[in-house]
Amino acid sequence: MAYWNKELETKPKEELQKMQLGLLRNELRTMYDSSKFIHDKMKSVGLLPEDIDSFERFRKVPFMKKTDLRDNYPDNLFVKPYHELVRLHVSSGTTGNPIVVGYTQNDLDNWAESLDRGMTSFGMSKDDILQNFHGYGLFTGGLGVHYAAEKMGVTVLPISTGNTERQIKMMQDLPITSFAGTPSYMFHIADICDQKGIDIRRDTKVRYAIAGGEPWSESMRQKLQERTGIKVHNCYGASEFYGPMFLECNEQDGLHVWADLAYVEVLDRNGDQCADGERGELVVTMLKKEAFPLIRYKIGDISSLTWEKCGCGRTHPRLMRISGRTDDMLIVRGVNVFPSQIEGVIGEFAFLTPFYRITLTNENFMDSMTIDVEIGEDSLTEDTVSIDRMTRSVESRLKDVLNIKAVVHLTLPGSLERFEGKSCHVKDLRRYD
Amino acid sequence: MPEENVIIQLSIFVNNEPGRLAAIARTLKESNVNMKAFNLAESAEFGILRAIVDDPEESFEKIRQKGIIVKKTQVIGIVINDAPGSLFDAADVCGREGINIEYGYAYAGKNLSAFFIRVDEPHRAVTALKEAGIALVKGTDI
Repeated sequence: MAYWNKELETKPKEELQKMQLGLLRNELRTMYDSSKFIHDKMKSVGLLPEDIDSFERFRKVPFMKKTDLRDNYPDNLFVKPYHELVRLHVSSGTTGNPIVVGYTQNDLDNWAESLDRGMTSFGMSKDDILQNFHGYGLFTGGLGVHYAAEKMGVTVLPISTGNTERQIKMMQDLPITSFAGTPSYMFHIADICDQKGIDIRRDTKVRYAIAGGEPWSESMRQKLQERTGIKVHNCYGASEFYGPMFLECNEQDGLHVWADLAYVEVLDRNGDQCADGERGELVVTMLKKEAFPLIRYKIGDISSLTWEKCGCGRTHPRLMRISGRTDDMLIVRGVNVFPSQIEGVIGEFAFLTPFYRITLTNENFMDSMTIDVEIGEDSLTEDTVSIDRMTRSVESRLKDVLNIKAVVHLTLPGSLERFEGKSCHVKDLRRYD
Repeated sequence: MPEENVIIQLSIFVNNEPGRLAAIARTLKESNVNMKAFNLAESAEFGILRAIVDDPEESFEKIRQKGIIVKKTQVIGIVINDAPGSLFDAADVCGREGINIEYGYAYAGKNLSAFFIRVDEPHRAVTALKEAGIALVKGTDI
C-alpha cells in the first residue's frame, strides 16, 4: 500500500483530533484578526478564538451560508491582498451574483496535497497517464485535478469537456490509464464506445477513474465498472473549499476527509452532532485556508461521517456518499441549478405566465432537464412557427443563464398544476440504480 | 366586398396528451357544435384543431364557456372545381401577389368542394383572387 504522506494519514484518531482542535484555534485566531466578517460573527456570540477549547464550544460559532459568500461578491471576504493571491475561480452563478473564490499559493498546495493523498490511496503514481475531461477554466474541476496530478508526476492530458469523438480517439491512441470527470460523461463515453464497437477493456489501458461533480449512486458505480472494467473512485468537494478535494481509496468505502485540512461536522435538525455513521447536514470548516475564511459553512449536502478505521489503514474520518440536499439546489450534469434562476428567465418573457415545472430525467444516467411553462393566453397563436420561435428564444436564454441546455415545452394556459409551495416545481425522476 | 368572403375559423388548442382530443370532441358534441371542415395540426408543444363550424360566433362562446382555449382566425375558402388545375390557379395568384399561404385544408360538401387557406393578408388576398376570376366561398354558403 502506497501512501502520499504516511505518517499523517495513519496517525491515531486521538492525535488527529488534538491536532484538529489546535489547527481550528489557529485558523480562528488568524481570521478573527484579519476578517471583519468572522470577527463580527464571533463577537455576536461573545466568543474569542481562545475560548474554543473543545469541539462542543466551537459549535457556538454561528454558521456561514452560501448567501454570505454571494452577498460579499466579489471579494469582500478575502483577507489577503491580490498580490498574495495566485488564482481565482468563479462558481456557477445563481440569480444575482456568482461566488468568486481566491487562492494563495499555500491554498493551491493544500488543495493538491489533498487530492494527491487520495489519488495515491487507490494506486495512482507517476507511471499513470490521466485524461482529464473535467472542464478547464473558471470551474475548479479541471485545473484542480490537473495540478494535483502533475504534482505527483502523473502525465496529464488536459482535454477538458466535450468532443467525445476526440476523447475516444485519445484514449485509444495514447496509453491513457485513468480518467477524471463527471460520472454522467463517463456513461456517455461508454455509450459511444458501444456504438462504435470499441471495448474499453480490450482497446484501451484505462484502469482507474475519478468521478464527481454531481450526485450519483453506488449502483451507478457498479454499472459503470461492469460496463467499462474501470475502477471508479468517488470524489467530493466544492469551490468554496478549494474544489474537488476528497477521494475514495482502493476500498471504495467512503471519502477520506483529511482531518488536518478540514473539520466536517454532521448535524441533526436541532443543530446537535449526529452519532458516528448517522446522516445529517454537513457543516465544513477549512483549517488551513488563507485567502478567505470558511468557518462552519453550511454546504447544503446531507451525508454521514465515520471515524471507524478504513480497511486501507488510514485513520482519518470517512464521509459517505452525499444522499441529498438541504435546499432546492439541483445538480444537473455537474452544474448547480436553482429553480429561482429558471423563474428569473421566465419572468423576462412577457409571453409566458409564471407557471412552470422542471422535470429531471436521466436516461443512461445522462441528466436531462425539461421545463414546461405556460404561455399567456393573449400570446397564444395558432402560428406554429411563432410558437417554435418563442420556445427557441426561451431555450437560448436559459442556456446563457444556466450554462447547460434545457428543453422547453410551452404548454397551454391553465394546464399546469398550481402549487402553494416552491419546491413542488421540481419533478426529479432521475434514478441512480 | 371582401368581408363576405372572409370566413371565421375556430382554432381550438389541445394539449399533447392522450385523451385530450376525445375530451374536446365530446364537448363540441355536447355543445351541439357542427363542424363542416376541420384539420388537426400539431406543434412540438400542443395540437390545434382548426374547424369551420355552423355559426362561428355562437360556437365560439359555447366552447369558451366550457373552459377550452379557442381563438378566431380569418381564412378564405377557394371553390374547387372537379378538374385539374383549380388549386394551381388560386395558389399562382397568391404567389404572384406575394401573399403567403400559411396552411390549408380541403372540404368536400354535397354542393360544394373548397380549399380553406390561411393567408397573412386575407382582405388583400380576397381582392386579388376575385380580380383573377377565382370563385370564393361565402360565409353563408356553408
